[in-house]
Amino acid sequence: MKASVIVFPGSNCDRDVKISLEKFGIKTSMVWHADTKLPKSDLVVLPGGFSYGDYLRCGSIASKSKIMKEVMIHSKKGALVMGICNGFQVLVESQLLPGVLIRNINLKFICKNVTVKVTNNKTNFTSKTKRNSVIEIPIAHNEGNYFASKDIINELEDNNQIVLQYCDASGNITEQSNPNGSIKNIAGIVNKRGNVFGLMPHPERASDELLGGMDGSLIFKSLK
Amino acid sequence: MQEVNHELAIKHGLTTEEYNKIIKLMGRNPNLVELGIFSAMWNEHCSYKSSRIWLQTLPTKNKYVIQGPGENAGVVDFGDGDVVIFKIESHNHPSYIEPYQGAATGVGGILRDVFTMGARPVANLNSIRFGSPNHEKTKYLLNGVVSGIGGYGNCIGVPTVGGETEFDECYNGNILVNAMNIGVAKKNKVFYSIASGVGNPVVYVGSKTGRDGIHGATMASAEFDEDSESKKPTVQVGDPFTEKLLLEACLELMQKKSIVSIQDMGAAGLTSSSIEMASKGDLGIKINLNLIPCRENNMTPYEIMLSESQERMLMVLKKGKEKEARKIFEKWGLDFAIIGQLTNSKKLELEFNKKNVCSIPIHSLGDNAPKYKRDFITYNYPKIINYDSDIEKLDIKNSLIKILSHHNYSNKSWVWEQYDHMVMTDTIQKPGGDSAVIRYHGKNKGIAATVDCVPRYCKAHPKSGAMQAVCETWRNLISVGAQPIAITNCLNFGNPEKKEIMGQFVDSINGMREACETLNYPVISGNVSLYNETNGVAIYPTPTIGGVGLLKNINNMMTLNFKNTENIIAVVGETSGHLSQSALIYDVMGNKEGPPPQINLKEEKKNGLFVSDLIKNKLVAAVHDVSHGGIIVTVAEMCMASNIGAKIKVSGSNIDKIKYLFSEDQARYLIEISKKNLEKVKKIANTKKIKIDIIGNTQSEIFEVENDLKISVKELKTKNESWFKNYNKD
Repeated sequence: MKASVIVFPGSNCDRDVKISLEKFGIKTSMVWHADTKLPKSDLVVLPGGFSYGDYLRCGSIASKSKIMKEVMIHSKKGALVMGICNGFQVLVESQLLPGVLIRNINLKFICKNVTVKVTNNKTNFTSKTKRNSVIEIPIAHNEGNYFASKDIINELEDNNQIVLQYCDASGNITEQSNPNGSIKNIAGIVNKRGNVFGLMPHPERASDELLGGMDGSLIFKSLK
Repeated sequence: MQEVNHELAIKHGLTTEEYNKIIKLMGRNPNLVELGIFSAMWNEHCSYKSSRIWLQTLPTKNKYVIQGPGENAGVVDFGDGDVVIFKIESHNHPSYIEPYQGAATGVGGILRDVFTMGARPVANLNSIRFGSPNHEKTKYLLNGVVSGIGGYGNCIGVPTVGGETEFDECYNGNILVNAMNIGVAKKNKVFYSIASGVGNPVVYVGSKTGRDGIHGATMASAEFDEDSESKKPTVQVGDPFTEKLLLEACLELMQKKSIVSIQDMGAAGLTSSSIEMASKGDLGIKINLNLIPCRENNMTPYEIMLSESQERMLMVLKKGKEKEARKIFEKWGLDFAIIGQLTNSKKLELEFNKKNVCSIPIHSLGDNAPKYKRDFITYNYPKIINYDSDIEKLDIKNSLIKILSHHNYSNKSWVWEQYDHMVMTDTIQKPGGDSAVIRYHGKNKGIAATVDCVPRYCKAHPKSGAMQAVCETWRNLISVGAQPIAITNCLNFGNPEKKEIMGQFVDSINGMREACETLNYPVISGNVSLYNETNGVAIYPTPTIGGVGLLKNINNMMTLNFKNTENIIAVVGETSGHLSQSALIYDVMGNKEGPPPQINLKEEKKNGLFVSDLIKNKLVAAVHDVSHGGIIVTVAEMCMASNIGAKIKVSGSNIDKIKYLFSEDQARYLIEISKKNLEKVKKIANTKKIKIDIIGNTQSEIFEVENDLKISVKELKTKNESWFKNYNKD
């Protein structure tokens, strides 16, 4: 398995995700945003951070960068794309995933461990997890509040596209366990075809015992 | 250009004597640009004119120190060819005027100080102090400062891993924002600001120069009054995205052999950076101001030289390396301009529109800058106050809860959850512990760091207070298993022209010196912030100390949460029952009289090394230093961090118990010991003549003081976590 991590100006979790990918046996190269060619890859990762400072709208300028044309072609072929945090924002801005990510309901940046429920484990990104299991992964964002029209939400549900949902420690999807106000406690979704995955939690921050947990590694293991 | 006269000099914050000195040094009346430059270099913030002679008395060396004060940041050896570079700096005045941008640019500035030296920044810490929570501006300032610190650090992708947030009415009109940064580098890849090589090109990189922050350093050297709001235009605006690009571009260029010297444009911008580089190299510097990348049209030489626009760097390149360097900066989309060269004139020479607009002998700005030995008084240790009759009837449970739910001692996760403290995936001890610990990237060792000061102690007796601040950082580093290496200090005081304030400063330096010497724990960098006054009322003396320690093996890292039930709880160190200035007396009972606890540096060192040994030999399960609120609060915090309960026993009258449980005697630690290790620990304590009190044991879920209180850990947590949430509800 070969992965390409796209580095936008302002990306800051690029190195972190590379470490995790390689730790779980995925050969990884870094690809600069201004490049026009994507190296041969099975997986493209859009990392967390503040691409272009997130100055216009989070992920918006990045979605127009040169390399994103290549990423679109890659995804149209059905190859895998995973966007974490800012990467998820880039994916919705590029319309590779439906919906939008707006400001957290408390209008503050939130960095903490949260528990999420794996609603769909039949994806390429979650195959090593158990359905409805609860995993603990940190979030760190200011704009992670997933929003979409009713029709889109219905479609997501009908097609089993909701992959991760914020929940309490026992797996109950409650308002209290929703850190940012996302509709249906959505923390991660896939596209209809199932090859593009966006998630707000950072699995690369929960893939090392010393950092307090290994739950994030399930995602990297699923990819392999 | 406007004619320079005495009146204009005064407006620039210079005194009559200083203006006369300029005329003497120049041999003529300065022009407006030159006057602006003198005022920027000679203000307190840049010249340290009141503090310099005292700062020189601090110890700055031990076997780890590679670079002490005098550079952008200090450097210590971390073994294996690795170094750690760190510094703390204040951004108090700007943060009061414009909290978000003031705090954000404080973080940006300290980051630049560290990566200018060739280091990749790996951790941010901060110490922020606000006025009374009831003061009309506090909520606005708290929210602005916290968002500003987060806004900058989160975006640039450097974790904010520790710090302190406190409130006291003495900061009502003058909050404190002290930001610290730590970076890592290779020992043979450290960069300095000393310029060399006549004819080498002087290069400007980073953001464009605008009209923001003009005279920021002068503003930071004046007291506040009712018109302070009008100083908003002197506050700079931060752009963390550009700083991230600047960081990556600088680190990329530093891999090549092109840079002779590099200096960030901080306070007094282009003025201080160019003068500092040339002055250290005993050279001259010639700059054509028409070549400066400007953000706005028609900027004058005066504005260009005094702007404090952020995210800019000045460097001297080796001749012939310009192309290679330009390519890197252009890749990152940053300005790159060759603006002049080094000369042997020993002068700062500026050209604008083909005219010479400034010619100042460089040594007149630095070496000949004013240096004052201001009058000061010495503070005696205040008389001990007997509180027996006040505490006789105090209820222990009620007092504990009052402390835990007090704004200064409540859980601060509301603050640090707004900071990305995990990015870079090396934060192995998160905020909330005694020190933060960062894994040295890719290695088995760690960097421990903490920031501490107890201003109420410093106010009560400045010398003891400053000693205590140094000792508390030392203790916090010991508690996580690290070896304390060195400190950085941020000295926040009032107006030094008053002998009472100067006395606080001098006594603090003296206390700091004694503590640093005994603990072999030198000062390697820092910053002085004076004139922290509003309408003539000064803040408490606040010498914030940032301590850094080396954790040789990250697998030996210690934490403060209890690990198991049925373990022994013991106090290391002597408890004599000192109550004045404690959380109980000062914050709960509101009595602000009396001395702070006394510091015994020998005990401090002995007890610290003892605890350090216990951790190394894996004889303890948890360690927490005893600070605010005394033993009872320390045990409660260990319970809350683990959801494990504790049962402790204290004998004597209610007065005796309260003294034992709530006193803030120094040099103490609480440790958790498994039963099988107890005898070993006792034996070592005995041989080393360490006082150790067995006070109880851990148990499930309930925190208990025999015969006095019984409360679930869950309830303790609820009390401890409520204040920030309630305060910021609306």
